[in-house]
Amino acid sequence: MTSTQTRLDSLDRLESEAIHIFREVAGEFDRPVILFSGGKDSTVLLHLAIKAFWPAPVPFPLLHVDTGHNLAEVIEFRDRTVERHGLRLVVASVQDYIDDGRLEERADGTRNPLQTTPLLDSITGNRFDAVFGGGRRDEERARAKERIFSLRNSFGQWDPRRQRPELWNLYNGRHRPGEHVRVFPLSNWTELDVWRYIKREAIELPSIYYAHRREVFQRDGMWLTAGPWFGPRADEPVRELTVRYRTVGDGSCTGAVVSDAADIDTVIAEVSASRLTERGATRADDRMSEAAMEDRKREGYF
Amino acid sequence: MDLLRLATAGSVDDGKSTLVGRLLYDTKSVLADTLDAVHRASVDKGLSTPDLSLLVDGLRSEREQGITIDVAYRYFATPNRSFVLADTPGHVQYTRNTVTGASTAQLAVLLVDARKGVLEQTRRHAAVLALLGVPRLVLAVNKVDLVGYDEAVFEAIAAEFAEHATALGYPLGSVLSIPVSALVGDNVVDRSAHTPWYAGPTLLEHLETVPVEPDPHDVPFRFPVQYVIRTNTPEFPDYRGYAGQVAAGTVRVGDEVVALPAGLRTTVARIDTPGGPLPEAEAGRSVTLVLADEIDISRGDLIAPSADAPISADEFGATVAWLSDKPLRPGARVLVKHGARTVPALVGGLSARFDEQQLLSVPDPESLALNEIGRVTIRTAEPLPVDDYALNRRTGAFLVIDPADGSTLAAGLVGAPLPELETGSGCTGGGEAATTAADLVSPGP
Repeated sequence: MTSTQTRLDSLDRLESEAIHIFREVAGEFDRPVILFSGGKDSTVLLHLAIKAFWPAPVPFPLLHVDTGHNLAEVIEFRDRTVERHGLRLVVASVQDYIDDGRLEERADGTRNPLQTTPLLDSITGNRFDAVFGGGRRDEERARAKERIFSLRNSFGQWDPRRQRPELWNLYNGRHRPGEHVRVFPLSNWTELDVWRYIKREAIELPSIYYAHRREVFQRDGMWLTAGPWFGPRADEPVRELTVRYRTVGDGSCTGAVVSDAADIDTVIAEVSASRLTERGATRADDRMSEAAMEDRKREGYF
Repeated sequence: MDLLRLATAGSVDDGKSTLVGRLLYDTKSVLADTLDAVHRASVDKGLSTPDLSLLVDGLRSEREQGITIDVAYRYFATPNRSFVLADTPGHVQYTRNTVTGASTAQLAVLLVDARKGVLEQTRRHAAVLALLGVPRLVLAVNKVDLVGYDEAVFEAIAAEFAEHATALGYPLGSVLSIPVSALVGDNVVDRSAHTPWYAGPTLLEHLETVPVEPDPHDVPFRFPVQYVIRTNTPEFPDYRGYAGQVAAGTVRVGDEVVALPAGLRTTVARIDTPGGPLPEAEAGRSVTLVLADEIDISRGDLIAPSADAPISADEFGATVAWLSDKPLRPGARVLVKHGARTVPALVGGLSARFDEQQLLSVPDPESLALNEIGRVTIRTAEPLPVDDYALNRRTGAFLVIDPADGSTLAAGLVGAPLPELETGSGCTGGGEAATTAADLVSPGP
């Protein structure tokens, strides 16, 4: 066999890098957990974790911070995926926090900012010391400077000036009691890499990622699905359109885009040609301010 | 499609953020909403054209101060190649940032202002890039529009830099100077009509076509064991595999190997991946090795060819780039992370500090401060299977960690990757530098 047949292309390199990161964490931490929303990035993350430890099972559980504002297709997918791979799922529920008064519903009805408290409580309560997230550096400017191993204090906060230099592929996971490390194995992937990998590996996603007919209403320039998240108001007419979602998030601030991309090839073609970043197109919470993401990271958001 | 990892170095004044913004902008890697935000912010600042540096200056304090304080990673692609760009700032803590960006780079783009030429900082950056073994350099001579696109100005800067790079051990073919204007776009992606005297490639043409240094295949196989995979199912009874990423060389089924530090010998029975077994695996690939004999191997061990194994040493000479505000005091007790093993260690014998401006070493310094580079002796509690950094950027590298708070104190390089550090005195001539050139360009990350 010649070396050209085994030569690594760019997806092979990204995959091998992510698998290396999973194995480092498994070797150095006591209680890792994978943040799993059922979205495409966390689904790819789980696929890589399964590959990293095959043929043994993934040696850590999943954690879903559930805003309660979910599309049914995503929760169905989440539960089926957990079942199929024999995994353990921990759910931190924003709804529970609202029901017993620990959190208060915001005036605008969006719940993404409310995720931080249940997430941190779950990390503390379960003594998780490494928390895998599907964040990518190409998503947003503040993420571009985040490390693959990102040290958080006991309040989950990220201090860009205290970040450790990350050298070669030697990751420093040392942390003090109460601190934990967020780990981002997809740091060097772009949105297009993720989609090309989903195609190559034939990874199943929730059906909402592909074009389908849906009743939607327009708010702040986004198409939202009607649901128990304050919509639609009387002045927001509902229309049926062919749409797809580019990200999975809180239903009150994650919009669908009008699209005919009904399968992986047309999605890749659409993403290649798209002139809007996935966050800017569909996440209202990132559009609030120039420094929105940076502020939320300092607060301990993902 | 392959992947090129590159780093940029230079200061904000040289227009580096604008250059990187221009690369992203002209390769259409900037999407409409991001661009809209930049246009709005530029108008708010009273500018008539979009400030492309806003595309890359991410953190709020940077935008307020107009400086870049931390390494940022950028991604762009052309039909031929994907790029991972480590954008390293020049002003603050420059060694710390340059070392970080350079540690994985296959090529570095250094920026100078055509009106100022090669500065002290340019020389320092180049020295750090050479030390870290970045195989190729590009000097982007920026703001050529502000010197009237004068060929003589460009040629003088290019010649001065080539001389400096040669002294650092770079062969001529591994260094290229390009006249650019990031602000206007000359020779970044599109060829400029203002520089008819320049026959070379544009910056992007060069990045797209420059040979990607292969991972070190022609060096011996090295495999740090990260994790032992065990399972017992009907399909995989009593399965025991050693998971890791090939750090160097190539492994084939049937190869005779030794597990270090124990020194136990066996052969490779299978190279497992979830997609099926492979006949061989080359540097960069994450695999699981199944060995012919049941021997005791755990995380942190190194698998290498029995015929060409590294020497396990509990005392070795090394070069450290100090990255912490707390200075190095000789005799410090630290942790050393090498491959997948972390061991207690003592840093002693601080014999020289490298003056990267003058390219000479200053003997017997009392301590090493933040951003200083020095020669030390590392004594470890357990032997480590180390290679010389000049021969292998992966197995010759280590981290120095503070056992008290876990912070990373230094980047460690086994041996003396630059001859100036070996001799401990004076600037070396071109002849001696040339002998290290091959070492510098052979390894890939």
